[in-house]
Amino acid sequence: MEIEEVYSRQQLDEAEGRQINELIARSQRIIPDPDGWLDEELKRNILVTSVDAVLDWARRTSLWPVFCFPACCAFEFMTTAASRFDISRFGMEIVRASPRQGDLMITAGTLTWKMAPQVKRIYDQMAEPKWVIAMGACAISGGIFRSSYSVVPGYNRIIPIDVYVPGCPPRPEALRYGIRMLHKKISKTSITRGVR
Amino acid sequence: MTTALSGARIAKQIGKKFPEAVIESGADSLLLKAESLLEVADYLKKTPGLDFAYLNYITAVDYYDYFEVVYQLASIQHNHGLVLKVRCYDRQNPTLPSVVGIWRGADFQEREIYDLLGISFEGHPNLRRIVLWEGFEGYPLRKEFL
Repeated sequence: MEIEEVYSRQQLDEAEGRQINELIARSQRIIPDPDGWLDEELKRNILVTSVDAVLDWARRTSLWPVFCFPACCAFEFMTTAASRFDISRFGMEIVRASPRQGDLMITAGTLTWKMAPQVKRIYDQMAEPKWVIAMGACAISGGIFRSSYSVVPGYNRIIPIDVYVPGCPPRPEALRYGIRMLHKKISKTSITRGVR
Repeated sequence: MTTALSGARIAKQIGKKFPEAVIESGADSLLLKAESLLEVADYLKKTPGLDFAYLNYITAVDYYDYFEVVYQLASIQHNHGLVLKVRCYDRQNPTLPSVVGIWRGADFQEREIYDLLGISFEGHPNLRRIVLWEGFEGYPLRKEFL
């Protein structure tokens, strides 16, 4: 059975032609974009502040995390980074594979002594200023693996920690709260007192 | 599912060729003499009808008096399996023959047993530590470790 054509090819082409001609007729004048207010606004936009405030603001609102996810807490970090919890609100959605481009190490997982030199090296390769969040029980103290012969009992044995986020694993809300605490910590640093 | 072959039946079959090799046969396992492990393994791999060409895993157990190394074999062709066990009574210097020459998959697992239980595998092409670092004292999977 053949389907009846409502329009012939000829009719379709004519309809298209009419549409284009009407659009041309309507588009003879440039749509205005008034920008007179821009100059005036720029004049009002001069801000006076301290170097500390600007520097701390810049540092805390674009923390770029470094890959350091040896174990399962990494999945909670991924959830935190993904759309539901969305850490791109804090300017930190770009997780860097190179430690030289990162500011923040989120240590998400159990660390073994065999892996420890690599984590130390990644930390050393990060440029100052840099911060570390110990995420989860293993990162804080070795967790349930603390008494094992091969597990580092807490990252603070090898690198300095700024914020501890407890949990096994911590919920994304907890990690987010830890990040907010780190923001507060960063906003209290001063160039005259040194970063650390 | 993979069918587990009867240990007694295989023991009878092996007994014709290697009369001294089998110490004990279980429901789906064979306890072998360490010195005849290699020839029996080779026989199990190459005999038509058995064709144990695949090694699922090797593991080892510390029973205080002896170490027992367990080999889980499978035949992909016939979809049947068998467990071999070998005991090692020397705790000071435990040594067993390596089966890497027969199943290449044994390579890393023999190294792991060497690393964590301290059993040497003679004839292994590259018997080094695999999990722990050089200089680690003791063997963590031995009962006396903790």
